[in-house]
Amino acid sequence: MDIKTKAMGTVSIVERQIIEIPAGFYGFEKYKRFALIDATQKPFIWIQSLDDEGLAFLAIDPFLFRPDYEIDVDDAALAEIGVSSPSDVLVFALITVPQDGGPITANLQGPLIVNKANNMAVQAVLSDAKWGTKHDLLAEFSAKGGTRC
Amino acid sequence: MLILSRKMNEKIMIGEDISITIIEIRGDQVKIGVEAPKSVKVFRQEVFLAIKNENRAAATSADANLESLSGLTLK
Repeated sequence: MDIKTKAMGTVSIVERQIIEIPAGFYGFEKYKRFALIDATQKPFIWIQSLDDEGLAFLAIDPFLFRPDYEIDVDDAALAEIGVSSPSDVLVFALITVPQDGGPITANLQGPLIVNKANNMAVQAVLSDAKWGTKHDLLAEFSAKGGTRC
Repeated sequence: MLILSRKMNEKIMIGEDISITIIEIRGDQVKIGVEAPKSVKVFRQEVFLAIKNENRAAATSADANLESLSGLTLK
């Protein structure tokens, strides 16, 4: 099916790219249906609302730039999306690009947890003080000894 | 808003399934126990607000020049 996106015009997607977030994102609770679409820049993805083409979140697999990322998602969140096996879980951190040209940051405190088995998702809230809402992507990536291709 | 006082070890019930217990009072810190069903999310207010605000900032992100970040990969 074709959908309208915030950043990439009209894009063709398939059913299995569609996720449902029953509780929505905090602050955007009414929006429950999104598509996961590769951004033109790898390894980023867009989490595009199917109900409002102007609502989309840039996201990344947090383990790519913080291999030491460790999360303990509370049972309530996992139960909400029916997770029965850790191998079914995908994690995405939402990215913020500040309007004032400051560093691009990732929110590691409120990751989106996706259950691949049923394409349901929930935004978890982590209580470990190690993970905040504004991790500087470029700074932390370099610090962890990554390379770019 | 309901305002009330409790002493140590006293509880407050919210509905039938949620209870708040004052566990310890020390100086300006109160240790509180919250019992709630798994379906109810409980967290410190500032954490919830931080996530909500960050979501909003992420949703209104400027058009990103992501070139500086492209091709992130690990050794």
